[in-house]
Amino acid sequence: MLNHAEASEKFIADAERTTWHDETLWFVRSKRDKVSKLLPEWEALREQASLIKDHTLANLGQYLEEFEAKAQKNGIIVHWAKDAHEHNEIVHSIISKHGGKALVKSKSMLTEECHLNEFLTKKGVEVVDTDLGERIVQFRNEVPSHIVLPAIHLKKEDVGETFHEFLGTPKGNKDPQFLTEAARQHLRGYFLGANVAITGVNFAVAETGEFVVCTNEGNADMGAHLAKVHIACMGIEKMIPKRKDLGVFLRLLARSATGQLITTYSSHFAKPREGQEMHIVLVDNGRTRQLARDEFRNSLKCIRCAACFNTCPVYRRSGGHSYHQPVAGPIGSILAPNFDKSANVDLPFASTLCGSCSNVCPVKINIHEQLWFWRQDLMKDGLAPLGKSLSMKGMAFVFSSPTIFRMAGYIGRLVMRFAPFIVNNSFNPWFKQREMPDAPKESFQSWYKNRK
Amino acid sequence: MRVALFVPCYVDQFYPQVAIATLELLEKLGVEVHVPSNQTCCGQPMANSGFASSTEGCDTNFSKNFEGFDYIVGPSGSCILHLKEHHPSEKIRKSVFEICEFLVDVLKVKSLSANFPHKIGLHQSCHGQRGLHLSSMTELNEKPFSKLASLLDLVKGVEYVYPERADECCGFGGTFCVTEEAVSVRMGQDRVESHLKNEIEFIVGGDTSCLMHMEGILKRQGSKVQVKHIVEILNHA
Repeated sequence: MLNHAEASEKFIADAERTTWHDETLWFVRSKRDKVSKLLPEWEALREQASLIKDHTLANLGQYLEEFEAKAQKNGIIVHWAKDAHEHNEIVHSIISKHGGKALVKSKSMLTEECHLNEFLTKKGVEVVDTDLGERIVQFRNEVPSHIVLPAIHLKKEDVGETFHEFLGTPKGNKDPQFLTEAARQHLRGYFLGANVAITGVNFAVAETGEFVVCTNEGNADMGAHLAKVHIACMGIEKMIPKRKDLGVFLRLLARSATGQLITTYSSHFAKPREGQEMHIVLVDNGRTRQLARDEFRNSLKCIRCAACFNTCPVYRRSGGHSYHQPVAGPIGSILAPNFDKSANVDLPFASTLCGSCSNVCPVKINIHEQLWFWRQDLMKDGLAPLGKSLSMKGMAFVFSSPTIFRMAGYIGRLVMRFAPFIVNNSFNPWFKQREMPDAPKESFQSWYKNRK
Repeated sequence: MRVALFVPCYVDQFYPQVAIATLELLEKLGVEVHVPSNQTCCGQPMANSGFASSTEGCDTNFSKNFEGFDYIVGPSGSCILHLKEHHPSEKIRKSVFEICEFLVDVLKVKSLSANFPHKIGLHQSCHGQRGLHLSSMTELNEKPFSKLASLLDLVKGVEYVYPERADECCGFGGTFCVTEEAVSVRMGQDRVESHLKNEIEFIVGGDTSCLMHMEGILKRQGSKVQVKHIVEILNHA
């Protein structure tokens, strides 16, 4: 597997596509800016959302139990899964009970995190992602590169080719309207045939036992309304205390995500309809571990709007797949080490710590500070490559002694002035695409000494 | 008021003119400036690389040099932010000021004798901007302001313009600039390009590290556009 720096280099090698990717996502960020500035209370809303989430996380156990009791009273069957495997087993057992061979699934980052598709496919169940972007990447055997815009790494030409291969659309046709219609016709059959529908959950309301699913395509609704069995999968952090809290979160979510005032569909599911079976799977999968870590707890406030992706200058130029995780971008980089530190040691370093992510976050997660804390945590665990820990120790030594610092600086400048080839070569990553700074004859301190 | 000049390590070695301009500017404004001679580094390069645990020697040296002063002023938003957030001594954390912040908030400078008849692109470096709040940020719903710009307003002849995406990061990012070389350079190229679109003669900012990165890219492109730290403009006669 390539690390973030290596994968980014490959992505950037296609300069034109990188420009397009960057500009497309910047356009989304700009739309977000525009609508957020139309609300004078925007910053107060963020603060309120942040406080509600803080409160909920601090009392998560209580709210989860309240939610379970209310949901059960409403006739929903509630399951608890401690990890991804248990989640997948639960989902599969429900499907098996109903003899399902194919199911429709709307967007759920949790099922991506649990690798549900892979699991079910191995068990002989055909999973059809019904979100257009997700269906496109599913055809291509890829994973989403963005949690809101799963196929944002692809251009319409790429989609045309993929649909030509899998749906038999005419070769070379890249008309978005035409291709979308082809996808609709293709998906319709599955919607009508599937007896199980899986959806994600955006918000689960403890007070009422209902859950809310937000989409723009209506695919979650179409699936859930047609199927005999509805399975909603959610991480335990999706809880909010009261229905009225939705007034805060729904206003923030779509504005932050795409610059819309609200998602086209914000559907409330409170109880199964006549003859339907409704399940909720509540999944931990490392969340309680994160909850116990002071520095990282509030990463669980995330409402998956992806505003931090769109604003991140690194993400825009490296693409989602360079993060090698179901959730990419800045938020993914602070969630991923919780799952596997050594496999994700590169991600907290895939940032300049510019801080833009924390500024756009609708629930005020201090993302860039958590990146910094993860860096400390991972290096303390000895996950630095040997060369890096040696050079850091060397640097720390030089800077702890003024005499050695002066000498090192003096020698360094001499080398750069009289033997520049020692630094200006291919072993120096700075020099690959940048000139080194000019080395002055004397340092400031030596100038100052002579000035007196 | 005892004021010490903090000169970031790479400014001391590679950009002495920035430290000289800071010193001269403060002196012109009537400040008696002390320059502790045994200062080295703020410790940020190690800390941002995940080795904050190794900065003890560096931190101690910083304290030894600067503990006796009321104000520690430096021409780098990034180093100052690091000290403000992470230096173990509370006294140090409370005494450090970025130069523009010091001029605007402490000295409350209302006039300067500077003259710089050129068109410049203003680069608001992230740590100064988002970390020290030297200016408003485009992500937030807040009133626009900029301490850097308000100082430039006191300089005769200068015309400053912002690039498109006024506060996008330049991609320097400390060791990021070499560990993530491809992304870093691409970000820098994009930043430089948006400044050049404004037909400016200089890119000016409050952090020499960002400027060094963009300078490296400008020079590789053979561009005539130069970089300057804002104090070099404010001190320009």
